[in-house]
Amino acid sequence: MPRIPEELTAPLIVTGKPEVKRPFAAEEYGPGTAGIKHVKDPRMVVRNLNFYYGTFQALHRVEFEIERNKITALIGPSGCGKSTLIRCFNRIYNLYPEQRASGEILLDGENILSPRRDLNLLRAKIGMVFQKPTPFPMSIRDNVAFGVKLYEKLSRSQMDERVMWALEKAALWDEVKDKLRQSGTRLSGGQQQRLCIARAIAVKPEVILLDEPASSLDPISTLKIEELVHELREDYTIVIVTHNMQQAARVSDYTAFMYLGRLVEFNDTDTIFTNPAVKETEDYITGRFG
Amino acid sequence: MVANMRYLKRRAFNQLALVFAVLLTGIALLFLGWILFVLADKGVRYLNLDVFVKSTPGAGIQGGGLANALVGSLLITLLGIGIGAPTGVLAATWLAEFGARSRLAAVVRFVNDILLSAPSIVIGVFVYGIMVLPMGHFSGWAGGVALAIIALPVIVRTTDNMLQLVPSQLREAALALGAPRWKVTLAIVYRSSLSGIITGVLLAIARIIGEAAPLLFTTLGNQFFSTNMSRPIAALPQVLFNFALGPYSNWHRLAWAGAFISTVFVLFLMILARVFVGRKH
Repeated sequence: MPRIPEELTAPLIVTGKPEVKRPFAAEEYGPGTAGIKHVKDPRMVVRNLNFYYGTFQALHRVEFEIERNKITALIGPSGCGKSTLIRCFNRIYNLYPEQRASGEILLDGENILSPRRDLNLLRAKIGMVFQKPTPFPMSIRDNVAFGVKLYEKLSRSQMDERVMWALEKAALWDEVKDKLRQSGTRLSGGQQQRLCIARAIAVKPEVILLDEPASSLDPISTLKIEELVHELREDYTIVIVTHNMQQAARVSDYTAFMYLGRLVEFNDTDTIFTNPAVKETEDYITGRFG
Repeated sequence: MVANMRYLKRRAFNQLALVFAVLLTGIALLFLGWILFVLADKGVRYLNLDVFVKSTPGAGIQGGGLANALVGSLLITLLGIGIGAPTGVLAATWLAEFGARSRLAAVVRFVNDILLSAPSIVIGVFVYGIMVLPMGHFSGWAGGVALAIIALPVIVRTTDNMLQLVPSQLREAALALGAPRWKVTLAIVYRSSLSGIITGVLLAIARIIGEAAPLLFTTLGNQFFSTNMSRPIAALPQVLFNFALGPYSNWHRLAWAGAFISTVFVLFLMILARVFVGRKH
């Protein structure tokens, strides 16, 4: 039985002197303003991003930067737009004709929202793991190999190596090494989610998007996923959506707080959780709403 | 006390409804059992090797079998499903994967439902008009096309439903790896719903193999053994129709045997379909 660390069970204590915070002002947005910090080495830059589900506007003028090889957490109450935002980064929303985005998301200086952008190549570069585990109806090995086969021609042994590498990275290898031919759908929920992470890593993306990856898992599996995310930071730029503030505090370097479709505050995770600049952020992280 | 009365009333009503439901289920099963019993009783009695190897006898002639009708049925059913299944699966793929919630897809689904309930004799007359009249004669081809038109909406409906059951998260997960749409459809969506699609096709076969009405206008029937699809060809349901109405007891006996064979075959398809559905869950 692995030990559950204290951070998982202990209530979050916000330190710092009590002071009256200024409320969020919608006119004020973008990096460099009081609530939104510039990062040192931006990998992705979001500029004036608006998002619409049909006629409903879900994101309003979102502007911030995502630092290279760091973990950026998106937090906020349900319906604040954090999942919507992360779904813009690989344009997965394009599957649904009534959803559209305007503005810019720059990846290495190029706008990924441009209609000329090749979506398949973009998604090969930006991997994503979803809220519910989504193993494909095929063997564990084929699940991991599926994405690799799309872009690389590997020999059998090379592919075996890649599958092993990805499963090891996802901390799943030891549990499945004897049953690679078994269907991926027969694994437990936590294993399925790590399989999905292995699948996303196997194609060697540059950015990994995690949309509440642990929300349907038990505490032990959650812990495993968090440790995994922490290790992946070495090689990847990671964006993680979570409604669990302790999780954001534990795993991320930067935290963005979203509220009512707007990016309210963005800063180092420490600053957000100990000394937020905006009243709404403080109310949320101290549990006054959300 | 008032609440208690309400509860007792509700419980009494519940029991009354349950009794009615069981009673009516019994009545429905009674007729089904009755049909199957009579069919098995008479059908088995007249079943022999000749039924499978000899062709249909002419008026007043003794003996004979149903070989030409069985082979003819097999051929036109294969043709019907050969046209209907790929067309239906592709149409349903467009509906579920690409048309989805568009206006056009809604119209196609509505039209498909109308086609699903169109009387089969109307489809027979339609094919008579577009194939038999221009060609100048009845043929197996025309029969196969008529059956394809009957099978098509069944397959479209079941496949569409099955594809819609595939969770959209699975499509998103595959797309998120950089897979193109066609690859997602073939490798993920079809694979997840394969048993359901096959079940739909089996049900469509079961539906068309018993159709007599459209064949009267298309294949016409043939007293002799023939595998020539360009000529009139015999088919089991149409032979049953003719023989059952005919005046000869030899014909009646063969009709019973044929009815039994065709029922057993449909039963077999249904069991196969259940096996496929069962394998999924």
